[in-house]
Amino acid sequence: MFNPETLIRKGLPKGHFKDVAARSFLGGITYLVVSIAVLLFAKIIADGAPVLFKPEAPFVDFEFLTAKNETLHVFDDAQGNRHQLPAAAYSQYVSQHEGATQFNEQTYSYSGGGIAGPIAGTALLTIGSMILALFFGVSAAIYLSEYAKQSPFIHAIRLAILNLAGIPSIVFGLFGFSVFVLAVPVITSAPSDRSLLAIPLLIGDYFLSFQGWNSSLMAGCATLACMILPVIITASEESLRAVPQGFRDASLAMGATRWQTIRKCVLPFSLPGILTSSLLAITRVAGETAPIMFTAAVAAKDDLPWQGLKNPFDLLSSQVQALPYHIYTLAARIPSSEFTQRAQYGSVFVFLLLVAFLSLGSMILRAKLRAKLKW
Amino acid sequence: MVSMQTAIQIQNVSFAYGAKQVLHDVCMDIPARQVTAYIGPSGCGKSTLLRCFNRINDRISGAHLTAGSIRIHDVDINRADIDLQELRRRVGMVFQKYNPFAKSIYDNVAFSLRVAGKTKRSELDDIVEDALKNAALWDEVKDRLHSSAFGLSGGQQQRLCIARAIANQPEILLMDEPCAALDPLATLKIEELISELKKQYTIIIVTHNMAQATRCSDQTAFMYLGKLVEFGPTMQIFENPKDPQTEAYVTGTFG
Repeated sequence: MFNPETLIRKGLPKGHFKDVAARSFLGGITYLVVSIAVLLFAKIIADGAPVLFKPEAPFVDFEFLTAKNETLHVFDDAQGNRHQLPAAAYSQYVSQHEGATQFNEQTYSYSGGGIAGPIAGTALLTIGSMILALFFGVSAAIYLSEYAKQSPFIHAIRLAILNLAGIPSIVFGLFGFSVFVLAVPVITSAPSDRSLLAIPLLIGDYFLSFQGWNSSLMAGCATLACMILPVIITASEESLRAVPQGFRDASLAMGATRWQTIRKCVLPFSLPGILTSSLLAITRVAGETAPIMFTAAVAAKDDLPWQGLKNPFDLLSSQVQALPYHIYTLAARIPSSEFTQRAQYGSVFVFLLLVAFLSLGSMILRAKLRAKLKW
Repeated sequence: MVSMQTAIQIQNVSFAYGAKQVLHDVCMDIPARQVTAYIGPSGCGKSTLLRCFNRINDRISGAHLTAGSIRIHDVDINRADIDLQELRRRVGMVFQKYNPFAKSIYDNVAFSLRVAGKTKRSELDDIVEDALKNAALWDEVKDRLHSSAFGLSGGQQQRLCIARAIANQPEILLMDEPCAALDPLATLKIEELISELKKQYTIIIVTHNMAQATRCSDQTAFMYLGKLVEFGPTMQIFENPKDPQTEAYVTGTFG
C-alpha cells in the first residue's frame, strides 16, 4: 500500500553535503577566475585612467590622444625644481634659459607626448585589413554556401579554412614577411637588387618585379587580413545559411537566376550578420602584434602616417606605428622607471578602452539587427 | 464534355535523388485550365513530381531524371538548352510554408517582374495591383503596400505568395500543400481563390487533405511508393475508385 508519509523526508536531503561541496568548489573556481580579471582591469584602470582623464573640465586629456610621440626629458634646474618635458618643450626650455645648467638630466624614449601615431596606425591597419578580409572572405563564403556542391573536396577546403584559424599569429607574421614584404610582384621601372624575378613588360621600361611591398601599411593589412580570413569566412557562411531556404526557393521559382537570388534575396538579409561578426574580428586585428612586427610596424616615427607624403598612394607603402606594437616597445624595449609609467599604462588603458568600445558596439548592433530581422 | 487540352505530358518519368529512386515510371497527361490534385501518403513522391515541373529540384545535388520526359505544350523541359528562368516564369510555384521575402508587400509582388527586367514604375504598379486583386488580397493591403510582408497574417502571407507567383502571368501554377500551415478559415479562402484562378491557369495542387481535393480539384491522382496508382476525375476517384489501394486510401482504411 502507498504510504503518503514516505513523501516527507527525515533530516537533510539525500547527498546534501556532496551537493554543498560541489557547489562551493565550482563557485569558488568561478570567482577566482573573475577576481583575476577584476584585478587586471583594476590595475590598468587605476594606473591608466589618470593619464587619459583629469579632474577638471573637460575631464579628458585629449593631448595624450592627439599629440605625437616624443622623448621625455627629466632634469633639475638650478633651483632644485624637477622638470619633465617632452622633446619639443625641452628644446624650447633650453633656448629660453640659455646658459642655465640642467642637473641629473635623464631621457626616456617614447615616454613623452601622446600616442596619436600608434592610434592612427592601428586605425589604418584595421580599416585596410577589414576591407581586404571582407572582400575575399565574403566572396569565398558566398561560393562555399551558395554555389559549391557538397563534395569531399569542398569538405577538405572547409577543413583547411578552419585549420587556418588555429595557426599562431607569429606564423602569419613570418608568412606575411616572406610573401608580402619580400616576394609579391610590383610594377616598377627600377627592380630592386633582391628582386626574385623581374619580367620586362615591353610597355615603357616597366618591369613586373617580384620584390615585395617592403615593410609597409599594405603588407601589414594583407597579413592581418590573411589572419582573420578564416573567422570572416566561417561567420559569413553561418550568416548566409541563417537566411531561410524558402527565400531561395521562392526566388528561383519566380525565374530569378542564381546570382539575382543571392544578390536580392540572400545577401541583403545576411549582411547585417556578416558585419556584426566581423566587428568582433576587428578587435582581434586591432590587438595583434606578431603579424605586423615584421610587415608594417615601426617603433618610432616622427610624422603621423599621412604627413609628409608626396602622393596619397605613398601612404600604402609607408610604415606605421601601431598601438599593440607601441605597448610592446614601451614594455620591453626601454628601461622601465617611474617616468615611463605614464605612457605605458596610458597606452594600455586607451587600447583596452578601444577594444571595449568595439565589442560593445558589435553587441548593440547585433541585438538591434536581430530584433529587426526576423522570419 | 469539352475537349481537354493537355498542359503537361508526363511520359514514363523516373526520378532519383542520388542513388535513391523516388519516382517510378509515372505516366499522365495533366489537362489545361483545370485543377489537378495529387494525393497520397507522405513520401510517395507527389511533391517531388510537382517540383519536376519547374525543375526547382535542380538545386538539390544528386537530383536527376533517370528516365522518361516531361513536356509542357510539347516542349521537353529537360532539354539542355531550356531557358530555366523563362520556364519558371511560365510555371509558377507556391510553397507549403508561406515564404514571403523580408521586404514590403509591393516589393514581394514586384520581385519576379524586376528580375525579369521590368522596372517601369507605372507598369509595375498596375501589375502588382492586378496580381493582388486576383489573389483576393488587394482590399486588405491596399493601404499598406509598402509595409513589411511579415505584418500580415499567415493566410494573407500565403495569398501574397500566390499573388507573387501569378504576377508573371504563368501558364501553370504549382501548389505544394498550400494550406498545410493555415487554419481552416484561411484554408477556405485559398480554396475559393483556387476555384477562381482555374479560369485562367492550369493548377496542380499537392494535398494531404482529401476533403480539400474533393472540394477544389477536377482531376485527382493517387500516388503510392513513387508510382502513380490511379488518375481520373475527382468524383470517380473518391466515389468509385478502380484500384483497391486507392479505395483503401480514400476511405481511410489505409495502413
